[in-house]
Amino acid sequence: MALREITLDDIEALAVGAWVLGTGGGGSPYLGLLNMRALYREGHRVRLMSPHDLADDDWVAAVSNMGAPLVGQERLTDSRTIARAVSLMERHTGHRFAGIMALEIGGGNSIQPLMAAAHLDRPVIDSDMMGRAYPEAQMTSVAVGDLQPCPLTTVDVRGLESVVESVPTWKWMERVSRKICVEYGSIASTCKAPRTGAEVKRWGIHGTTTKAIAIGRAVREAQRRHEDPIAAILAVEPGKLLFRGKVVDVERRATEGFLRGRTRFDGMDTWRGAAMEIAFQNEWIVAWLDGQPVAMSPDLICVLDSVSGEAVGTETIRYGQRVTVIALPPPPVFLTPKGLQHVGPRAFGYDIEFRSVFQS
Amino acid sequence: MRRIGIDVGGTNTDAVLIEDGKVAGAVKAPTSEDVTGGILDALARLASTGVLKDGAGKAKRIDGVMIGTTHFINAVVQRRHMTRVAALRLGMPASASLPPFCDWPEDLAALVRGGVWMVEGGHEYDGRPFMPLDEAAVIAAAREMKRLGLRAVAISAIFSPLDSSHERRAAELVAAELPDAAITCSSDLGRIGLLERENAGLLNAALADLARDTIAAYERAIADSGIAAPLFITQNDGTVAEAGLARRLPVYSFASGATNSMRGAAYLSGLQDAMVIDVGGTTTDVGQLRHGFPREANSVVQVGGVRTLFRMPDLLSIGLGGGSHVSLDPLKVGPVSVGYRLLRDGVAFGGGQLTTTDVAIAAGVLTLGERGRVAHLDAATCRRVFAEAGRLAEEAIDRMKTDAGDVALIAVGGGAFLVPERLPGVSRVIHVPHGDCANAVGAAIAQVSGECDQIFRDLSRADAIEAARGIAADRAVAAGAARATLQTIETEDMPIAYLPGNSVRVRVRVVGDVAAGV
Repeated sequence: MALREITLDDIEALAVGAWVLGTGGGGSPYLGLLNMRALYREGHRVRLMSPHDLADDDWVAAVSNMGAPLVGQERLTDSRTIARAVSLMERHTGHRFAGIMALEIGGGNSIQPLMAAAHLDRPVIDSDMMGRAYPEAQMTSVAVGDLQPCPLTTVDVRGLESVVESVPTWKWMERVSRKICVEYGSIASTCKAPRTGAEVKRWGIHGTTTKAIAIGRAVREAQRRHEDPIAAILAVEPGKLLFRGKVVDVERRATEGFLRGRTRFDGMDTWRGAAMEIAFQNEWIVAWLDGQPVAMSPDLICVLDSVSGEAVGTETIRYGQRVTVIALPPPPVFLTPKGLQHVGPRAFGYDIEFRSVFQS
Repeated sequence: MRRIGIDVGGTNTDAVLIEDGKVAGAVKAPTSEDVTGGILDALARLASTGVLKDGAGKAKRIDGVMIGTTHFINAVVQRRHMTRVAALRLGMPASASLPPFCDWPEDLAALVRGGVWMVEGGHEYDGRPFMPLDEAAVIAAAREMKRLGLRAVAISAIFSPLDSSHERRAAELVAAELPDAAITCSSDLGRIGLLERENAGLLNAALADLARDTIAAYERAIADSGIAAPLFITQNDGTVAEAGLARRLPVYSFASGATNSMRGAAYLSGLQDAMVIDVGGTTTDVGQLRHGFPREANSVVQVGGVRTLFRMPDLLSIGLGGGSHVSLDPLKVGPVSVGYRLLRDGVAFGGGQLTTTDVAIAAGVLTLGERGRVAHLDAATCRRVFAEAGRLAEEAIDRMKTDAGDVALIAVGGGAFLVPERLPGVSRVIHVPHGDCANAVGAAIAQVSGECDQIFRDLSRADAIEAARGIAADRAVAAGAARATLQTIETEDMPIAYLPGNSVRVRVRVVGDVAAGV
């Protein structure tokens, strides 16, 4: 079983790449990165394991932080809390986890498994359940696969701990765990339903930590050499350049715990005279070019700063920013009819037939 | 109203007298190494123009001296004159793995970090206490600070922008142990984002000694110039703070130079909505005026490598100015500049470095130095250089524009001659008299503000905001603003779900012109 040590430079790249895969949401990985720098200074190291090296009867922990990004900016993520959520799950189920994986590779949650892994000395499994960021619990590959949604552990930094032992559906899990999270102060570290090695191999979206590191490295190296970082991303990922332009309008509203809205862009360079509009629910969901839908979930819509190549989030995008919009291919699990039910445009309230940018 | 505006820049100290709404006098003096020399020199030059005396030779009454300075931000950037700071954070057990200073550049942290204390306290997003404030731990920390000889203290608490009571209480407890301490509470400085708000507090505390000494020196310079007028320091948002407040919160004046030049451009041109290009000796700043104020950056701002969330004007700076190096083959303008050595190193002044000013002299745009020394630059060459400078300016303007239509552009600063009369995307280019002293003009016309920040109960959102606006307006008038000129520049409301009776925290900030005769 080959384990690869993740270097601090990999983690710096992961923070940049995971923000790109966050497709506008998922929260900035900055605080997670600060935690990892501190852990590496103290001598901790994290190893990466391929999901294919898991035995079928191994147990794997899937972790994420849930809550309002606003709260995360005040109650700064502490690397020990996510490790406690994993330990609580081990005590509760009696399993010993062979590895820890991310629920969501997009945004700040990409770093959570690394923090838990550093404290518990387990490998990180190179796989996640979204391949990006999504706003709701049923928007995962394991929910598409109808795998068991429980149990779930939630932990608060003050020592509050709870277990959701049984719920019938992923939607119920979303409702119940959201309530607990709100009582904690709208932030909780969670360990999701434990997965067997067989389940991870069948339903995981593989290689996403490696992919995020590769994207981040491409951006950082291009920045260092003063080359085009977006061309660098498209050189390592089979993505498509959709648009280059300038933000001319941002409309945001907070509804039902989500950040919804639209951003309008005017074209530049070869897109001069054209206009793009992208709707978001935490993440970028549907993009229209001159009124025609051109890209939509589950295709990844990434809005990037045209100069730095770094991702621009739906919470912070602002007037006048120069951006480039690219699409990256979605995980195949979301392209099935069942997958599209969970994360296609209709799941977000857009009555549009899904058509991928990558269908010729 | 009669006010003197002074801008203490890196190269020049400019002073203007504004009288009855007009620029009555404007002078430039070189900035000095010490704090006071340049100001004394500038005020002496202003006096020598005769504008400070009336017809009978009697000194005119001056209502205020407003100083804009880059002194405090330069101290951070250059790592000079910083005070050691005790950091006290209220929020344990949360955020413990990311203590104060955790994301500072190591060299600056080594200079400023006097000690870190983290104790229980802070609030939740909905107003509930996160943990009760551990007062015994605060007192123990204060005693330890005293033992270590620390006198600058920065206090931060989780969600203090929502409820600052733990920070206030901790400040009282620290002051009881350390009566001469300069204490900064993070809730005085900022918005949601603990790390960035705390960083602003730490920087503020680190500037405590410098702010005290600098402002005392300004007061001396004004008194030594024979001017009997109160001192005000201009703030990032285009308002002034009386010297006592500025001494307590020096970080609020970090970006006032840029704000002043944009406000000055608005005043001199009479335009409230326009782009502004301020061409100095080394750099050009481009920004946008909205309702007479610069548009603010709404994301993280780095100051000397430290992440903060200050309200700063959204500016784009490029390396273009009156001292920019020019090479002809291949054609290149900037970003390197001769800076304050222009009058020594420029070709027209007998030096060896061709600059944009030399080209302007050759083209007959400027009358300076010896034109004969640049006679080898023919008209076509000059046009090429101006075209390149114009291209750089155009690109910067286009990047800062927020809508596609053509906008008016006000060109100010000593290097404004580099801005062409016609630019794509610009409806007209406006040059204004005294444009080279726009920042001192902006300081002189800085406004007075009033703020209300409190929790309202049992009122609709609209009524609560209206009530807050009334309180803020009264405070602005009490501070010297003319009521008729008051405008609301910030409104922020946060529902506090935990408190009974529809509680909402409202923050409103209003500004107005200084009332005549104040």
